[in-house]
Amino acid sequence: MTHKSLLTTDARTKRRNASEARFKAYGLGAIVVAMLALAVLLTSVIGTGASAFKQTYATVSIPLPEAKLDKSGVRDLDVMKKVTTIGYASILQAGMVAAVEGAGLQTDMKAKDIGKMLSKEASATVRNYVLANPEVVGTEVTFDLLINGRIDGYFKGRVTMESAALDSNTSPEELKLAQQLADAGIVQTKFNWAFLTAPDASDQRPEAAGLGVAILGSLYMMIVVLVLALPIGVAASIYLEEFAPKNRWTDVIEVNISNLAAVPSIVYGILGLAIFINFMELNQSSPLVGGLVLTLMTLPTIIISTRASLKSIPPSIRDAALGVGASKMQSVFHHVLPLAAPGILTGTIIGLAQALGETAPLLLIGMVAFVREYPAAYTPDAGLFGEASTALPVQVFNWTQRADPGFVERASGAIITLLIFLLIMNAIAIFLRRKFERRW
Amino acid sequence: MLMLPLYVPLLVTATLACLGYLLAKQRAIALSGGDIRSLAALPHQYGLNTLLAITVPSLAVLLGGALAGGGSMLGWIVIGVATLCLIGSLAQISHDYRARTHAESWIKLLLIGASVIAILTTVGIVFSMLFETRNFFTQYSWQDFFFSAEWSPNFRGDSALGILPLLWGTLYISFIALVFAVPTGMFAAIYLSEYASPRMRSIAKPAIEILAGIPTIVYGLFALITVGPFLRDYFASPMGFGDSASSVMTAGLVMGIMLIPFVSSLSDDIINAVPQAMRDGSLGLGATKSETIRQVVLPAALPGVVGAILLAASRAIGETMIVVLGAGAAARLSLNPFEAMTTVTVKIVSQLTGDTDFASPETLVAFALGLTLFVITLGLNVLALTIVRKYREQYE
Repeated sequence: MTHKSLLTTDARTKRRNASEARFKAYGLGAIVVAMLALAVLLTSVIGTGASAFKQTYATVSIPLPEAKLDKSGVRDLDVMKKVTTIGYASILQAGMVAAVEGAGLQTDMKAKDIGKMLSKEASATVRNYVLANPEVVGTEVTFDLLINGRIDGYFKGRVTMESAALDSNTSPEELKLAQQLADAGIVQTKFNWAFLTAPDASDQRPEAAGLGVAILGSLYMMIVVLVLALPIGVAASIYLEEFAPKNRWTDVIEVNISNLAAVPSIVYGILGLAIFINFMELNQSSPLVGGLVLTLMTLPTIIISTRASLKSIPPSIRDAALGVGASKMQSVFHHVLPLAAPGILTGTIIGLAQALGETAPLLLIGMVAFVREYPAAYTPDAGLFGEASTALPVQVFNWTQRADPGFVERASGAIITLLIFLLIMNAIAIFLRRKFERRW
Repeated sequence: MLMLPLYVPLLVTATLACLGYLLAKQRAIALSGGDIRSLAALPHQYGLNTLLAITVPSLAVLLGGALAGGGSMLGWIVIGVATLCLIGSLAQISHDYRARTHAESWIKLLLIGASVIAILTTVGIVFSMLFETRNFFTQYSWQDFFFSAEWSPNFRGDSALGILPLLWGTLYISFIALVFAVPTGMFAAIYLSEYASPRMRSIAKPAIEILAGIPTIVYGLFALITVGPFLRDYFASPMGFGDSASSVMTAGLVMGIMLIPFVSSLSDDIINAVPQAMRDGSLGLGATKSETIRQVVLPAALPGVVGAILLAASRAIGETMIVVLGAGAAARLSLNPFEAMTTVTVKIVSQLTGDTDFASPETLVAFALGLTLFVITLGLNVLALTIVRKYREQYE
């Protein structure tokens, strides 16, 4: 056996060191992969969706002739309502043509096609305005009107001259004219408040689709979840953590809760459909049923986190309370619960955030329906939160199922909105934890 | 008799409860004749006791009645119960009535009721699916359901409703997801717990956990608009595997991303639970860090890791939105990962949305699928939790 210096590394050590470096690189690689996935996910969604927050409008002055809009001549609403949106479309067309001529633009497009540059929603906008303010008939009013989805897509870079040549819904001439109108300041892109407030729109008009109903529906469901899941969850945790005897029954409940937390969410949808809709006959698509299903789904999460925060309160607190003569119940409600409150709140917010993003169970209880009416919180007919509604994540799913490519942008925009809500909720949870966390 | 909307008995009960609180408190004070020390409890505890003695039974009746299908008399019954409780509770007040003890047992009853809801949920889940599944099997033979390799529902009747192609799609997608997520998640956990500096850990760990907080619909959209077209244009089409954007690969990869934080945080816990003494012993004998991890830490953590993988598998099997948007709707038994296939969850959604007729086997099959899914995931969870729990005890 030859003697070697300890300072030179032999082949075997080299191999071992190399394998050590390799192993470490795998680890680093895994983290890079995970971070990269997150980055690609976020940039892809934000990249496609950010433009949903902007919308192209045409600022056009529209003459509102009495002869067409009010046959009665005395602003009788019933007579005025007989003029449909098709009737208004011809007025808008005249307004657009006048605007094009007024800007001194030359085009060989037909007047009908110029009228079609506006969204189909535009005539409804004008009609609603006229019916709400009948006195404007006979005058000329300047409107900000939605431009159709393809031209809007052109200004956002989604539609190009080449793709327009292949598309039966638009043409390069149309886009050229739109560009000229934009140069003349008639067509401009503005922040799209309507995206957050308007209701959904039909297949043909992605440019008009908004999240108003979905946000309202999600809000109602969150109220139901908060009102039901927080008290029930906290009560159940208090019992299990502070009072329950250690016997077979409480064991069953415990195992049950940890299993319920891992049941696929779609199973809760089946439960909701069978029990709340088919058996109890609550209204389909209503925020009440959605809220109940999400409550059952969130309960295990809330119970688990509440128990963890109750457990973290040291026994000395309880002993001290008992020692000065408090009952068990008093020691819990006067001392342990207030100390555990920040932790419980944090867990609840995280549970709510989970419920807000949940989609699958809501599909089964009919929240995919096309809803254009803002749901009322209470009506005598439908009861509390009983009116048909949709929810934010379901609206995303709904839009992905539509044919018009404009809806992809809308769906991504809705996701951004959803993620912002989640971000705010999680930020509040982190803030609460940082601010009130106590180490014992 | 007039049927009452649900909120009327609730409002009446609440009013009676407040009234009861005030009356009981006043009665106790009057009884004490100015010296409350002569009472067995504080006056407001008498009030609280009456309040609870009204609300708890009324709520129980209301909830039980609503679950049993309502009935037009329910509202009146609840109001009657509340009134009786008010009278009964007020009549009990005396010098030596231990109001606080009684109030506390009411509260305890309330707490027990809340924890029983967890059980009720499970019972509800099982029963809601069992009933409809039984209906389904009276119309469709169970052998065909479990062992037929053809899925072609037809709403005019005469459908083939075999679960095998759906199970195949589910397992194939879950398998791809796990192949991607388990090594990535494990290595990430190992690096973060054994190698990373505290600074890096404080950045990377929350960043990975963000992935866990993202709703699955977001992953679904990501699969639909980004991953699907990318895989089709750069892999499937050039290599001649097909030209479908929705495929097993798309759904599997995206689901894998979703599972990374799940695997990594579970593994992180498990690796951290391995006693430091075992690492020190190995390092002291001259092993390198990676040898210690591979030969000491991982074998010691193996049961826990297996549990974590099982939990991740159950997650993957029950996942819905990613597969709805990323995997496609065609039920087929194929090995090509770039082909669109479908899963149990996708078919539950498609059979139960839209116009449904709860008498036809095409709708009812969704309940049988749901029950199968529930049984599989429950089995995996129970197994995983048992393994993890056993393992935890080992080092405590």
